[in-house]
Amino acid sequence: MNTKMKLFSYNTVDTPIHQLSGLTKLICFLFLSFAVMYSYDIRVILLIMAFSIYILRVSRVQYSQIRTMVLYVMVFVLTNLVITFLFSPEMGVELYGTRHVITKLVGNISLTWEQVLYQVTKFFKYISVIPLGMIFLLTTNPSEFASSLNGIRVNYKAAFAVSLTLRYFPDIQREYHDISQAQQARGLDLSHKAKFMDRFKNALLIIIPLIFSSLDRIELISNAMDLRGFGKSKTRTWYTCKALNRADYVALILSALIFAGSLAVSAFINHSRFYNPFL
Amino acid sequence: MEKQAIIEFKNFSFQYYSQSAPTLHDINLTIYKGEKVLIVGPSGSGKSTLGHCINGLIPFAYKGEISGSLAIKGQDTREKSIFELSKIVGTVLQDSDGQFVGLTAGEDIAFALENDNVPHDAMQSRVKQVAEMVEMDQLLNSSPFELSGGQKQRTSLAGVMIDNVEILLFDEPLANLDPATGKTAIEIIDNIHKDSDKTVVIIEHRLEDVLHREVSRVIVLNDGHIVADMDVHELVCSNILTETGIREPLYITALKYAGVEVTCDMHPGYIETLEIGSAKGTVKSWFKAIPPETPHSENPCVLQMEAVSFSYDGARPILQDIHFDLHEGEMISLVGKNGAGKSTLSKLLCGFEKVDKGVIRYRGEDIKDKTIKERAEIIGLVMQNPNQMISKALIYDEVALGLRLRGVSEEEIKPRVEKVLKICGLAPFIDWPIAALSYGQKKRVTIASILVLDPKILILDEPTAGQDYRHYTDIMEFLVELNRLGVTIILITHDMHLMLEYTPRAIVLSGGHMIADTAASFILTNQEVIEKANLKETSLYHLAELAGIPDGTHFVQGFIDYERRLKNR
Repeated sequence: MNTKMKLFSYNTVDTPIHQLSGLTKLICFLFLSFAVMYSYDIRVILLIMAFSIYILRVSRVQYSQIRTMVLYVMVFVLTNLVITFLFSPEMGVELYGTRHVITKLVGNISLTWEQVLYQVTKFFKYISVIPLGMIFLLTTNPSEFASSLNGIRVNYKAAFAVSLTLRYFPDIQREYHDISQAQQARGLDLSHKAKFMDRFKNALLIIIPLIFSSLDRIELISNAMDLRGFGKSKTRTWYTCKALNRADYVALILSALIFAGSLAVSAFINHSRFYNPFL
Repeated sequence: MEKQAIIEFKNFSFQYYSQSAPTLHDINLTIYKGEKVLIVGPSGSGKSTLGHCINGLIPFAYKGEISGSLAIKGQDTREKSIFELSKIVGTVLQDSDGQFVGLTAGEDIAFALENDNVPHDAMQSRVKQVAEMVEMDQLLNSSPFELSGGQKQRTSLAGVMIDNVEILLFDEPLANLDPATGKTAIEIIDNIHKDSDKTVVIIEHRLEDVLHREVSRVIVLNDGHIVADMDVHELVCSNILTETGIREPLYITALKYAGVEVTCDMHPGYIETLEIGSAKGTVKSWFKAIPPETPHSENPCVLQMEAVSFSYDGARPILQDIHFDLHEGEMISLVGKNGAGKSTLSKLLCGFEKVDKGVIRYRGEDIKDKTIKERAEIIGLVMQNPNQMISKALIYDEVALGLRLRGVSEEEIKPRVEKVLKICGLAPFIDWPIAALSYGQKKRVTIASILVLDPKILILDEPTAGQDYRHYTDIMEFLVELNRLGVTIILITHDMHLMLEYTPRAIVLSGGHMIADTAASFILTNQEVIEKANLKETSLYHLAELAGIPDGTHFVQGFIDYERRLKNR
């Protein structure tokens, strides 16, 4: 099958990252994300980002696997950047308490170094979460995914729903593809030539059949699960649940240290969440 | 030993809350421990509902009004939960892909144990043990996308056997399987039944295929009533099958055509036990009297494939050197096991994918440069599941869609839609919502929505999948009519009856190669092709052997010709 269908799917490559338990990876992901999210210190953020890019390399994730996701996030982050500036161009000044104007723009709006630092920091915060998320998604065996969520006390029904989504996602994708082709044969134009409203309406022509054929599927799955005792007791065990080993503990400790480090930088060096070079 | 009742329906009736009439009426049925019972009936006869009652989906998941009683192992099912019942009754549903809830075979097998909080290590060893019973132990780490239909079904079977259930319930186990895999499935079920003391209940409408192995008795359901509960031999001698719209075994049909009176002492239930003794001569002379079909003068060629090859990734070829001619007004089958390249071939024809090598010609002209949209006016594709195509609420809008997307004016659309709906027998429903239609009618709507573009060639993917004999006949006779109106038809199918009865010619694909392009009668009697394409020898061939007719292929062809003339096709 073409690579498009493998968009989010887990690929089996044997790397140290793949060997970690899903639970470990989830906890590390949370630690590192919180570390980045809490701190507004661009030095800390860039360090963690460099670290996560290194891990991304180690786990041998191909760029082609994450390209679409990266593009979407970039669009989102850039839009966010522009909108933040339009609505609160003085945010940086407020936060850092000083005002160094670079250049005057329209009216009384001007670009300040404070705003630049604030927005650049924010930009990297978002950007640095991507490799982390990608590592977690692409190196975790989807079946372990559910058991690891359950491992951090997420209700097992919710955790299993995630696993089911992963199970049926490729099916739905394939079905979408088939339906789309059949509808194109009927004359549906999905190319960029069509007007935006038309494209929206045209997308409905694919989505409606997709929903109807998925409804049948849902009924079947829920029957199959009922018949095999899903939801019978308050807990459940997992067939694919790796016991934690030394590498897992090392990874857990390392990410906990990074998290603690990020907090420590804020608490003892910056004395706030923000790194302020303007003082 | 005293027979011990394990499933007991007493004056049992059931009505879904959403329905205005009961689906099951006054069912009295006892199934004994260790029996292997086959429940047959046309669509809507209530056979699936009966299955749902046994496994507890009724009244747990589907609500309704129950009267009378149903006891499993002496206990009324209403007093038990679906979970308790699932420890006694293991159900293998018909869609082996959809019910595959795990991400790998191992996980799917372990599912019931996981829900029972079985510790990790115990689970691993138990899964291995059960997987061995169905020969899936080497494939525990495979994802459902890597498994064949038969392997998925075996996984489901292991998934219910892991609970050590006493009753195994199979809901249409043969749907979605190719003939050879279906045959193996019946053998596996039979072996498990023989090797254990489990009670087996099979719900199917494909009688002949289940009767590949012995069953204790057959229950026939029709309109929610039990119309027969008898021995197989008795059943095939009676008129019950034809009256309820269930296809009788093909060799029985042939015997009846030959004028042989089928009686119980011929043991006609299974082809293996059939003894035709004195009737041999009757069959022989019937066969000899069938006049050979006069060969048609060939129509001009409408479609040509010349040395077509294709691969998705440039490395692994999906189709190699495919070449065939399709003549105007032909109706042919395209067969082969899953992954042989059938759907890819249809995608190439519709222009969804581009050929790597070779040429596809329509009336002599290379169609390489035509867009998907333009190709649709030559070659239309009808997908298997009508739900995959229907995107409008009203029949008129659905059929008009293709024209509207082409910018045809409403004044022109109206007569064209009306004409097509008339051809498809849907004219009375023109203003109806699609939701109010039956499956077969929806199928017609999808065919109409393609026909409205006036394609010269129609490709249908499994047009009769999951349909009982009556609906199958309806759909196929409709296609025959279309064919008479001049539409050339390609049917992608697993159904050997369909091949035999409706398409004089079949193209067989195997591993991306075309291994046969010949008469259906030849394909279904040729051991090599049968094996490569996962088909099954037709029972007519065995009948020829029994009757001492050396040329089985000829006999099968004779049967086809006779039937065609009989039905005036």
